[in-house]
Amino acid sequence: MLKTFAIALIATVSAASLGAQAIAADISGAGATFPAPVYAKWAETYKAQTKNGLNYQAIGSGGGIKQIQAKTVDFGATDKPLKPADLETAGLMQFPMVMGGVVPVMNLPGIAPGAVKLTGPVLAAIFIGDIKTWTDPRIASLNPGVKLPNLPITVVHRSDGSGTSFVFTTYLANQSPAWAQRVGANDSVEWPTGLGGKGNDGVAAFVKQTIGSIGYVEYAFAKQNKLTYANMKNKAGAFVAPTAGAFAAAASGADWSKAPGNYLLLLDQPGAASWPITAATFILVYKKQDKPESGKEVLAFFDWAYKNGDAAAQALDYVPMPAPVKTMMRKQWATQIKAADGKAIYAAK
Amino acid sequence: MTLTLDPSKALPKQGPAPKAKPRGGALDPFFEALCAASATALLAALCGVLVSLAIGGWPAFHKFGLHFFTISSWNPVTEVYGAAGPIVGTLITSFLALLFSLPVAFGVAVFLVEFCPSVLRRPIGTAVELLAGIPSIVYGMWGLFVLAPWFALHVQVPLLLLAPPGSLLEKLTSGIPNGANILTASLILAIMILPFMAAVLRDLFLTIPAQVRESAYGLGGNTVEVILSVSLPYIKRSAVGAIMLGLGRALGETMAVTFIIGNSHAFPKNLFDSGSTIASTIANEFNEATTEMHTSALIALGLVLFMITFAVLAIARTLLGRPKVV
Repeated sequence: MLKTFAIALIATVSAASLGAQAIAADISGAGATFPAPVYAKWAETYKAQTKNGLNYQAIGSGGGIKQIQAKTVDFGATDKPLKPADLETAGLMQFPMVMGGVVPVMNLPGIAPGAVKLTGPVLAAIFIGDIKTWTDPRIASLNPGVKLPNLPITVVHRSDGSGTSFVFTTYLANQSPAWAQRVGANDSVEWPTGLGGKGNDGVAAFVKQTIGSIGYVEYAFAKQNKLTYANMKNKAGAFVAPTAGAFAAAASGADWSKAPGNYLLLLDQPGAASWPITAATFILVYKKQDKPESGKEVLAFFDWAYKNGDAAAQALDYVPMPAPVKTMMRKQWATQIKAADGKAIYAAK
Repeated sequence: MTLTLDPSKALPKQGPAPKAKPRGGALDPFFEALCAASATALLAALCGVLVSLAIGGWPAFHKFGLHFFTISSWNPVTEVYGAAGPIVGTLITSFLALLFSLPVAFGVAVFLVEFCPSVLRRPIGTAVELLAGIPSIVYGMWGLFVLAPWFALHVQVPLLLLAPPGSLLEKLTSGIPNGANILTASLILAIMILPFMAAVLRDLFLTIPAQVRESAYGLGGNTVEVILSVSLPYIKRSAVGAIMLGLGRALGETMAVTFIIGNSHAFPKNLFDSGSTIASTIANEFNEATTEMHTSALIALGLVLFMITFAVLAIARTLLGRPKVV
């Protein structure tokens, strides 16, 4: 009996591994959920053009980092860039793929999108629970002429660990010493107040259902759900609305050549048109490739996406990387990503 | 007609007093081994889970010791993890769910067995079983988009308006009026475990031999008396088992609760406050837990849930004494 059982088991396992091999012909990646729609769109077009498939699992940035470190995938994807020292330890390189913005959204009856203006310190004071009502003088003084309702503020945040939360809390920590000291910046933090919704949908649902609430979501989500957003004050002192143009403006001021390991957050960038809470999402690959063929396929795919993917990204409300940044990344691939014999594995055309 | 018996022919290679074997009896040992292997595999899996949870959670237990159970702070930035909030949230939501659903499940079962016209019996029975098959995330979405707004508008807001500031009612019902709280999470859980418990209770009532019930009626008992003094005692032990399975599902339920409980790690102030459960915390954070201590604290939470479930089962068994052989 045990023998039969063992044979059956072996048969099942080998069938499963055969299946896995069949999939392994495609390149595989895992990580951030934020760019998953655009990666899926690119993969679909890429497969139609080249017959090469991409299998991307949107399991979250932390999961992406873990999976690439466990070498179960060909590339990892994360919204939270790794620090240069961590990259060095792990033998990884990272490069930015697309950008997006995080947008504060509110539920205020009678208030149009963009009618309320906020600054970083005021936003931090709201999320720390210091500003409790919409009629607080700190909000009112920023919004002369806007009739803010006399409602208590309900803070809504992400309950799941998220790159979006990492970007947002990093921004608040940069803007407010109190936030930096009491809460800090991470993909999940101990929120001083409010309630947590799961995912962008969860946050959006709670904001829609709770009068007087404020939360934060990805720009694409705010736009598609027509949520009431706030205009934010940027480094130049101007109040800007969250638009693709404002994210691109923030990106254009960024100097990637001065960011070792491509560790760059696009928060509070200079420029009168820049949206202050802008961020790029990153791809992680090994510098020394054990499997140069699949490593080459990965870089070929992302090179193709840099070249042909901008329209698809914009249609999904992402912001493409500027051309000089793309050129810089291609150069880095050639100099940093190598096979075991020390030769560059991919030459960008 | 004579019947010749030739032992050497009938049983060629056997000694005296042969043991008759059933046809195909050679398969029996295999069948037995297969069953034994299944049982062993189950036990091995259980032990394996327990051991790996203990190993994975060890760094957290080692660092926080017993404080892991008493701290109500859950801070991934400073890496201080205490499970008091999620543990209390898990226990409250599960027991409330049981409290809400048990009477209804009992009612459904009794109705189906005692009062239901036979035409309706099958459709209602099937509907109950179908309800048990709905994926939990569907309950979660329904809770988030339908139950929570309704609860906020028709329960929380009127209570807030009704309660004088500083009164006991105000203390008991204060909370963000948007329906994401411990009470609504318990209601969703109650709806989720209801069909399962109702189905099992109905099946248990059906196992009562007709003679037993008819004798009770024959002695002049009315329906209530028969159910309370004959049917219920007859199925008591198995019914507790069914209830415990329902409670077990409530303790471990993840997605539906995650959507509607509000996900705050703080110690809940009242039933209208947002909270978290062990399962919802793990579901929320495991994907993005990158540091060793964060992962370890989440695995330790898993072990705590395991222990709670085990304790619930153990207590149920003890309360009933040793179960008789079924």
